[in-house]
Amino acid sequence: MKRKILIGVCGVLLSGVIGALWASDHGDTPAVTGKSTDIADLYAFESPANANNMVFISNVQGPLSPAASAGAAFDPKTLIEFNLDNTGDNIEDLVIQCVPHGNKMYVYGPLKPHQPGLTSTIQNDASVVTEITRYGSKPLVGKSRSGITAFAGPRDDPFFFDVGQYIKIIKGEAKEFSATGADGLAGTNVLSVVVEVPKAMLGSADKINVWLETKQSK
Amino acid sequence: MRSTLLFIASVLGVVLITAALQQKSAQARVADPNMGRVFSIPGDQVGRPGVNVVFISDDQKDKFNTTMPSAMKAAYHAMIRTKLLALNPNYTKNFLGLDAETFSGVLATDVLTVSLKGATSYYDGTNVLTGRKLNDDVIDFSLKLIFGGTDGKSNPGLSSDNVNKNDKDFSNLFPYEAAPW
Repeated sequence: MKRKILIGVCGVLLSGVIGALWASDHGDTPAVTGKSTDIADLYAFESPANANNMVFISNVQGPLSPAASAGAAFDPKTLIEFNLDNTGDNIEDLVIQCVPHGNKMYVYGPLKPHQPGLTSTIQNDASVVTEITRYGSKPLVGKSRSGITAFAGPRDDPFFFDVGQYIKIIKGEAKEFSATGADGLAGTNVLSVVVEVPKAMLGSADKINVWLETKQSK
Repeated sequence: MRSTLLFIASVLGVVLITAALQQKSAQARVADPNMGRVFSIPGDQVGRPGVNVVFISDDQKDKFNTTMPSAMKAAYHAMIRTKLLALNPNYTKNFLGLDAETFSGVLATDVLTVSLKGATSYYDGTNVLTGRKLNDDVIDFSLKLIFGGTDGKSNPGLSSDNVNKNDKDFSNLFPYEAAPW
């Protein structure tokens, strides 16, 4: 049974993933790998500091070595956009849009998008603006009077996975994970945008569907 | 002469005050620097961790990123079902009770379900797919769903990578993520 599964794993994943560092969405697609649009992870959770708030986290450009982190920067041509569906049809009813300009991150929304889909347009003033935190500095935070808080800058990559052993398994060099795994993302960083918003701004549904997109301007 | 000077002075005064007021209100009305910007070149798209990487074939990965979630199920359900059964040919149901058709159907619409009314977690033993916290072990949960069989205990060597936590502790205070290395 194990052998059958191993062959299945090799056959399916060998072609796609050899040499690629798989962690969440790291290194997933040829068009975005290594680019400023490359998404590493999306997180969404109730704030542990305030149960009335929801926290959205977008991590991009990971994994970054410490040396690379000092020079890493958000791309002024790249929009980071949280899409929220609160009617259950998987079409975005609200977006939270994050666009860097100079040394600041401008956060728009939550707002109804100009049109749903592949193109996004900025049509409002920012809800909150935060200085982008420099590598090695204490986190700078922007707060709006309406209760939105934002951070943008390098953070420890929060993802954890024995990616090295995973690659050995799919290459047929190992049959299973090690009894004590090693986190292949240990010691690496990402560029992170963290936005905390009052749940009251997200509509009155019991739940929402969330996805993260990056898009570029011409 | 004096009244002329006085007149000129008062006119100057009015002119200067008006200019100052206009500049002040112009500063208050500084346009948002991104106003009107259009972002139309698609980049990356992610809902749940690992779906594109594991379940979508190479030649479709870029297309997956530009498929709207409302259109994903029709486009990718069959492909994901095929990949699931290729990964685990002995798959019947996972420990959530989902058969291959249902499980692949859930994965095919790549969105993160997030509860606005209760605990938010990818999986914490009680809450299932109600959000994603920083310390959720999404890898073990995903591996167990694919390889763990009906009780989650099959194929123990493939159902956990035995890495259960991040290299740094998270914080309960904003911005929650740890400082960089």
